[in-house]
Formats: sequence, C-alpha cells, structure tokens
Amino acid sequence: MISPHVAPASALAGGVLLGLSASLLLLLNGRIAGISGIFGGLLLPGTTDRPWRAWFVAGLLLAGLAFVWLRPEAFATVGDIPLTTAALAGLLVGFGTRTGSGCTSGHGICGLARLSRRSVAATLTFMSTGAATVFVMRHLLGGSHP
Amino acid sequence: MRAQLAALLAGLLFGVGLCLAGMTQPRKIIEFLDFAGSWDPSLALVMLGALGVHAPLQALIRRRPAPVLDACFHVPGPRPIDRKLLAGSALFGVGWGLAGFCPGPALVSLPSLQASAWVFVGAMAAGMLLQHVLVSRGGMAA
Repeated sequence: MISPHVAPASALAGGVLLGLSASLLLLLNGRIAGISGIFGGLLLPGTTDRPWRAWFVAGLLLAGLAFVWLRPEAFATVGDIPLTTAALAGLLVGFGTRTGSGCTSGHGICGLARLSRRSVAATLTFMSTGAATVFVMRHLLGGSHP
Repeated sequence: MRAQLAALLAGLLFGVGLCLAGMTQPRKIIEFLDFAGSWDPSLALVMLGALGVHAPLQALIRRRPAPVLDACFHVPGPRPIDRKLLAGSALFGVGWGLAGFCPGPALVSLPSLQASAWVFVGAMAAGMLLQHVLVSRGGMAA
C-alpha cells in the first residue's frame, strides 16, 4: 500500500537540487557533500579547514529559515517524536556516522554516484537496520511511533 | 573567500532540496523504511533525482586535474569494506529509523525551532564527540 502523503514531483525536484549541490561543491571546492563529515569536521578538534564547513552549514540553516518564512508546512509537527527518542536517535546517528565515515548524503548520494563499493555496503546496511528498527517500533511494540 | 561563497551556495541549494523534497518531515522517512505499513517512496525518488544528476556530472568533473577553487580533489580513494564501516552504518540506521532524521534534515530543521530537531542535533554532536574520544583517538578502530 502506498502512503497518501507522497508528492512525487517535489521529491524528484528536491533530489535534483541535492545532486546539483553535490556537483557544485565537487566542481568548485573539490569536496564531498556529506553532511555528517562536514558537520563533524566543524565540531571536532584537529580540523584545519573549518571556514568552508561553517559556510556550508550556514547555507543549510539559511535554507531552513527561508522555508520557515515561506512554507512553514515543510516542517510538519504532526507525528513528532518524543524527546527521549530524539536524544537516543541523535546519539546513535552521531556515533554511527563518524564510525561508518558517512550518512545518507555522503554514502547514499555522493558514494553511490561514483559506485564506491564501501558506500554501497554502507547504504545497504543503514537502510536494513533502519527498516528493522521501524518494524520493531511500529509493528512489534506498536506504540506511538509516528 | 570565493571557496567559502561556493560552500554557502552549495549548502543553500542542499537545504532547499531537502525541504522541497519533504525530507524535513520525519514521518516520510519512517514510512519509507516501513515495508509492512503504508509505504512512502519519496526518499527513493529523491535519490533517483540526485543520482541522475550527480552520477554523470561527478564523472565529468573528476576528469579535470583539479577543482576550480582548490589545488586537488578531496575524494576518498578505494578502501576495503571493514567492520568499522558496517558497524557504524548499522548504528546510524537504528538512530535514523528511531527518529526519521539524518544529519542534513535535522540541521535544516533547526530554524523551525522544533524541539525534537534541537534535541536530536545536540545529541548527534555529543555522539560525534564521544566517538572521537572513544574510537578515533583510542585506537579501537577495526
């Protein structure tokens, strides 16, 4: 059964913009548009190239701000998750993406685009454990998971 | 300075793409990962759009000897698939499935002042620092 909330044209167009952004960053700066890598490098000690990372994250925040102003429904609070779940999830995502050298953008877009075997393995792994987690939360525990 | 402007533009484009695609709505991610309920294929379409553009363009771009504003490309070379990659990705997937947030959409959601996004990003930063202290520096690498 397909969910009734799908907007295929927006999803495809949004994806095209992600692809253009990754291409622009590679062409001009020679960098991979991997968000966990960019943000982690900004945060952790020992990084020597903070400025471009800070500007990239500023661009993300500016985009969010523009949508808050023009299309606030982009951030639906319907089905918002409990804060304890958000905290546990954030810890796992932070720890996991640094250990696994990437997230949905770095492995799932940039890595797959250049057919990196590591990124294919990483993407299959996080999709599988993600699906297993949702199955447990929604169908086995069957509680309030959005 | 030009490289910083380029990064700002790329970040802006990336953020608009995420918002436009609805990736800032955790429910769409959770419904994408839910094969036993009502399935939302949005993330697959997002990846299709992104790969359709970036796969051919990155191949063209990497024929250049160097990027426009830097001396060399900072692209990881081929490395073996190791336990660290798989274990880290597995943990990331669990967190992703719990919250429906991955790093990009969570950061883009901060200006909306959604409490869950702020808590998620704070915890994500803590998780990254913890990983740095325990694994990267401690030599526990697989």
